Amino acid sequence: MIDLWFLVIAFLWTGYFVLEGFDFGVGMLAPFVGGDDDEQRQSLQTIGPVWDGNEVWLITAVGAMFAAFPAWYSGLFSSFYLPVVLVLAGLIVRGVGLEWRGKVANPAWCDLGIVVGSALPAFLWGAVFAGLLLDGALPALLGGAFTLALSLLHGAVFLALRTEGRVRRRARVAALATGAVALPLAVVALSTLASMSGAATVPALAAMAALAAAVALIWRRREGWAFTATAAGIALTSAAVFLRLKQAPLPGLTLAEAASAPYTLTMLTWIGLITLPFVLAYQAWTYWVFRKRVALPR
Amino acid sequence: MDALDLARWQFGVTTVYHFLFVPLTIGLGVFVAGLQTAWHRTGKEHYLRLTKFFGKLFLINFAMGVVTGIVQEFQFGMNWSEYSTFVGDVFGAPLAMEALLAFFMESTFLGLWIFGWDRLPKRVHLACIWAAAIGSNLSAYFILAANAWMKHPVGYEVVDGRARMTDLWAVLTNSTALAQVPHVIGAAFIVAGGFVLAVSCWWLLRTRDGMWRGAARAALVMTAVAGLVVAGSGDLSGKLAYQQQPMKLASAEGLERDTAGAGFTLVPGIEIPKVLSFLSTGDLDATVQGTEDIQRRLEERFGPGDYRPDQNVVFWSYRVMLSFGLSTVGLSVLGLWLTRRRRPMPRFLARLFVLALPLPLLAVIAGWLLSEVGRQPWTVAGELLTAASVSPGVSLTEVALSLTLFTLLYGGLAVAEAVLLVRHVRRGPEEPAPAEVPAERREPSLMY
Repeated sequence: MIDLWFLVIAFLWTGYFVLEGFDFGVGMLAPFVGGDDDEQRQSLQTIGPVWDGNEVWLITAVGAMFAAFPAWYSGLFSSFYLPVVLVLAGLIVRGVGLEWRGKVANPAWCDLGIVVGSALPAFLWGAVFAGLLLDGALPALLGGAFTLALSLLHGAVFLALRTEGRVRRRARVAALATGAVALPLAVVALSTLASMSGAATVPALAAMAALAAAVALIWRRREGWAFTATAAGIALTSAAVFLRLKQAPLPGLTLAEAASAPYTLTMLTWIGLITLPFVLAYQAWTYWVFRKRVALPR
Repeated sequence: MDALDLARWQFGVTTVYHFLFVPLTIGLGVFVAGLQTAWHRTGKEHYLRLTKFFGKLFLINFAMGVVTGIVQEFQFGMNWSEYSTFVGDVFGAPLAMEALLAFFMESTFLGLWIFGWDRLPKRVHLACIWAAAIGSNLSAYFILAANAWMKHPVGYEVVDGRARMTDLWAVLTNSTALAQVPHVIGAAFIVAGGFVLAVSCWWLLRTRDGMWRGAARAALVMTAVAGLVVAGSGDLSGKLAYQQQPMKLASAEGLERDTAGAGFTLVPGIEIPKVLSFLSTGDLDATVQGTEDIQRRLEERFGPGDYRPDQNVVFWSYRVMLSFGLSTVGLSVLGLWLTRRRRPMPRFLARLFVLALPLPLLAVIAGWLLSEVGRQPWTVAGELLTAASVSPGVSLTEVALSLTLFTLLYGGLAVAEAVLLVRHVRRGPEEPAPAEVPAERREPSLMY
């Protein structure tokens, strides 16, 4: 039961990183791939209907941690206090920026909020999880830089996949440029991760391969496959991190010590089994409804 | 001032701030869904205009509710790690359920609603706003079940210094929660009703457009009906507090000694005899416990310590809640009477409703202060003290930094939101699109 709930939480975090990864990337890139306000709106509309739902993956991951592993939840967020405060500040200005952008007189403030509010969590989540695995400023910095570059690449590929016209062409260039930064960082970060634990080796190396493939695919304009590859790269990275964390979710804490009692976990399992299929179905449906490439607003 | 004090301030500031936006999300979502249903049923253009107009105001507010809510979910772990470790087994379950059952639904279907005007069949699009509105209301239930457990813990046992859930159903049907849910959701509908009323009356004072009268009447009905629900559930909450939270009840009344046939203090010095006993039990001569006597009994049970919450805050927040809440509902009943049978809204009343906008919001804030300050010094009544709940590893400097950051950020955003709301209220609903413009070329007004 404990293993199952660890798997659920790893799944929720992974879903969050894959989904909001491209939200963050699009948020950061929108002012740069969009030459004017119309093109910028075109970019942001690719994530418009879905970003809030994607963010609920985080809320659910954290809620599930609280319920299933209270000591892990409280230990993680109290020991990374200031980075988490900055993540929250980022999510605040970003959410408000996205929702208000079309309704204010001067969207420049909202753009700033969206860019900074996307960059902060994209960097800090990497820094927090790297800091969880290794002590010191350098690993945290590297981890942050890696997830930041990864979000940019993922977002650029998503934009190339979901738009048409000039934005699509610029997004491809952005994907190649961020790929050139993300790949070397991936090699360093993922080989460190691979060397830390036997269990993490295979997914970490596979993640590296997926990211390399993604850049090659976007070069050949295979946007759908490139997006699949960046998504796989992020998911495999997350899997490697959680496989490593399974041994010690926090320094000096085991999963069994952190876990709730079997009764709670059983109840949560039933609730999850009943609700999660619906959630996945209607979220998938949203993506289906908005599957058409976003054109320039008229 | 130590880290504990600042952590309490931070929790108070961020929670009260969060709850400025939540009632409007809860109540206005349903109101907008109702307007769209009216449009769907009748096909009358003005319902669509009102749907889009209030929908836009709803979205401006919704964004703030969401982003400030995220802070809440992290804050238990960040600042209250001892509390979280102690209660997670029980308290975490409704939070996880809230995310799974309510937040996913609310956010996903709202996204579909905002961007789906031209993309979805009309009926499906209407269902989306209802799903989002139901999600908001469901989330209120789960978080209130968690909150009620802090004041009246049920369905658990303490093993090895941690609460262990023994009965999820008991947690979800806690009597405290069942009384609190209609009280809080009803109050949210009063806030939303007051908001729609103020906006509609502002327009009534400026135009002759009949649709504002309709909107104002609908808001009056919503406020009056919600007022009944709030009064009834408030009475029930009071009776439960008599059994479950005697210290809070005594503090709210400033009653120091156990008293038979206790009176109800309107303001210090003016007392209506026997009413407190009657309200608490239905019996005029019942004994109501007083703060000093409860304090003595708690010391015998839990050892030395001060078990009284801040008397001034609890006493006065109760009076603010009652007077502001009742006057809002009273005004709306008056409004219903004066506008009966197609009578026009008197101008003085319209002005009054615009001015009365903050009243229900202040009542709600006061209600939360009564509820949560009145819970002190416990985070879990009888089990865990607030002083023992705080994160031991988080320093004074760290909390000071985060409190400063949140306060500045929230202050700035409050001003921005107010400016934005006023701007869009003044701009008013969009004119109906001319028929010759094809649907796909109309500006999708709610998008980014």
